[in-house]
Amino acid sequence: MSTTPTGSAASAAEAGGSPRAAGGGAVRELLVAPVRALVLALLALTGSIVLFVVVAVSLALIPVGIGVFTTPPLIHLVRVWSGHRRLLAADWAGIRIPASYRPFPRDLRSGVTGQVERCSLLLKDPATWRDLLWLLVDMTAGALIVLLAAGLVLHGLFGLLIGAGLWKPVTALDDPYWYGFVPVGGWGTALLAALLGLVLLAAGLKFGPGLVRVHFQLVGAVLTPDRQQQLEQRIDRLTETRHDALDSSAAELRRIERDLHDGAQARLVAMGMNLGTIEALVEKDPAKAKELLSKARESSAEALTELRDLVRGIHPPVLAERGLGDAVKALALRLPVATEVDAELPGRMEAPVESAAYFAVSETLTNAVKHAGADRIWVDISYESGSLRIAVTDDGRGGAVVGRGSGLSGVERRLGTFDGVLAVSSPAGGPTMVTMEIPCALS
Amino acid sequence: MRVVLAEDLFLLRDGLVRLLEAYDFEILAAVESGPELSRALAELEPDVAVVDVRLPPSHTDEGLQCALAARRARPGLPVLVLSQHVEQLYARELLADGNGGIGYLLKDRVFDAEQFVDAVRRVAGGGTAMDPQVISQLLTRRSQDRPMGGLTPRELEVMELMAQGRSNAAIAAQLGVTERAVAKHTSNIFAKLGLPVSDDDNRRVLAVLAYLDRGAGQG
Repeated sequence: MSTTPTGSAASAAEAGGSPRAAGGGAVRELLVAPVRALVLALLALTGSIVLFVVVAVSLALIPVGIGVFTTPPLIHLVRVWSGHRRLLAADWAGIRIPASYRPFPRDLRSGVTGQVERCSLLLKDPATWRDLLWLLVDMTAGALIVLLAAGLVLHGLFGLLIGAGLWKPVTALDDPYWYGFVPVGGWGTALLAALLGLVLLAAGLKFGPGLVRVHFQLVGAVLTPDRQQQLEQRIDRLTETRHDALDSSAAELRRIERDLHDGAQARLVAMGMNLGTIEALVEKDPAKAKELLSKARESSAEALTELRDLVRGIHPPVLAERGLGDAVKALALRLPVATEVDAELPGRMEAPVESAAYFAVSETLTNAVKHAGADRIWVDISYESGSLRIAVTDDGRGGAVVGRGSGLSGVERRLGTFDGVLAVSSPAGGPTMVTMEIPCALS
Repeated sequence: MRVVLAEDLFLLRDGLVRLLEAYDFEILAAVESGPELSRALAELEPDVAVVDVRLPPSHTDEGLQCALAARRARPGLPVLVLSQHVEQLYARELLADGNGGIGYLLKDRVFDAEQFVDAVRRVAGGGTAMDPQVISQLLTRRSQDRPMGGLTPRELEVMELMAQGRSNAAIAAQLGVTERAVAKHTSNIFAKLGLPVSDDDNRRVLAVLAYLDRGAGQG
């Protein structure tokens, strides 16, 4: 997904040396960095400046009271803006810049008090000030760097145009036109300007990718939270997922206890009672005893079925025997919707991860079957660079969301315990694609 | 009939030995682990093997793997696999070579001694004995999908019992119809599944395979 411009430019240069290199691709590679630089410069010189000024005004209005209401949405906008730059950093330069915003407490009040609270929470978050500082840096140093990259290329191209004859209209006046340090006044100096333009162009193309990278490094340097903040955030996250894990395992134990108590245990008691009755009846009324015997056998079979279902709910046998890939295949065979499973796992992961992944897939599939109205489902399981990746796609009606107590938030919590993440893409009308990623090691 | 038995739980193994001996089977060996099973199958050449899916030392699907390996070494070796749970995935692996002589049953089926022994005999004779659970899962799914090969509901019932490995007489008894009616249904099923006229027993295995394969094609 994310290729570094320097890397791709370098490979394009290498490819250019070989006779098979496709010209179009190489030209595109060369132009990518200057165009990106231009885009970044425009973003910095428009959005960042406007946002910074507006936020500054809003902050100044806080003592009057108006700022309390305007600041939170503006800061949200700033976060979206910096989030966009983070995305570009990952896509264009392969630089990952972590975001660390403090979450709002769950019991945030509504109304005016809630608004004041929200505003003060935002102002206390160091990430807010980092974002504002970044706006300032982005519209000055950040913009300068990318302007240099784009400017070198544009100015170089202009120099070539001058050399090609554009000097005539430009130097219609008496005084010569200064292109850089060249006073253009005739064909000779125009050619000199073209030469200079060529040098500038070459420099722009050569250093463009590097300058874009420097820009993103600058973004990273300003936006990356310091170690203490990262640790704070990590602790918050761990506390939250530990709560979830404890809650769900307690709920799970309660469910198992209840199922055993109401199901298998009750049936075994009934069976014992029947056997006692049979003992008393066997000589007096053999026919009745025989009838009870068959009932006792039925009870034992039912108890077994219930135990089996219970075991499947705790740890599916195929998962224990074969691992995630085959367990999901076996699961797919039991679904009422045609499901294709593609699993490529070079080994097995630790049992808790395997189990979490299995139940996450299982819940996602159940969701798809119940709500999506799909005809086909595809499950893709693979392992890449230290994480397990699972994609569940269906051709149903779409519109699935995480949150509001949907099954998918349960999946998200389940994965959260293992630092896993869940992403849902489900436009109305479908298709729905749920992707999960869990960092883990294979054995 | 000479049997090799593999089951790691002593009580169950003992019970199975008693049960089979009561029905005049000769127990060549009753083993409790995968390696022992492999050795017994290679050396003793039994008429049928009764194998638990999960066996030591790995306590995973060792029994199933041993059975599959033994059938690769000796195609058509009759194997009846017993399990605490049944999965279509395993059923398909067992039937995949198309040789017949395969059974895959829940352990509970031993409660009905006669039916169980009947299943062992069928498998030893080259037939199949699929657990009703495997078949019913498959049929439920097929009927929710498009109707498989255009079978009528009655034919589906017959198919279900046939897939379990029952004879026409047994199917007739269970459905309360004449054997001739069952024979008519089965030949309709064979025609609809596109199975060529050949040895009737083998076609019954093929019909099961056709069903399971369509399951695989769908899934």
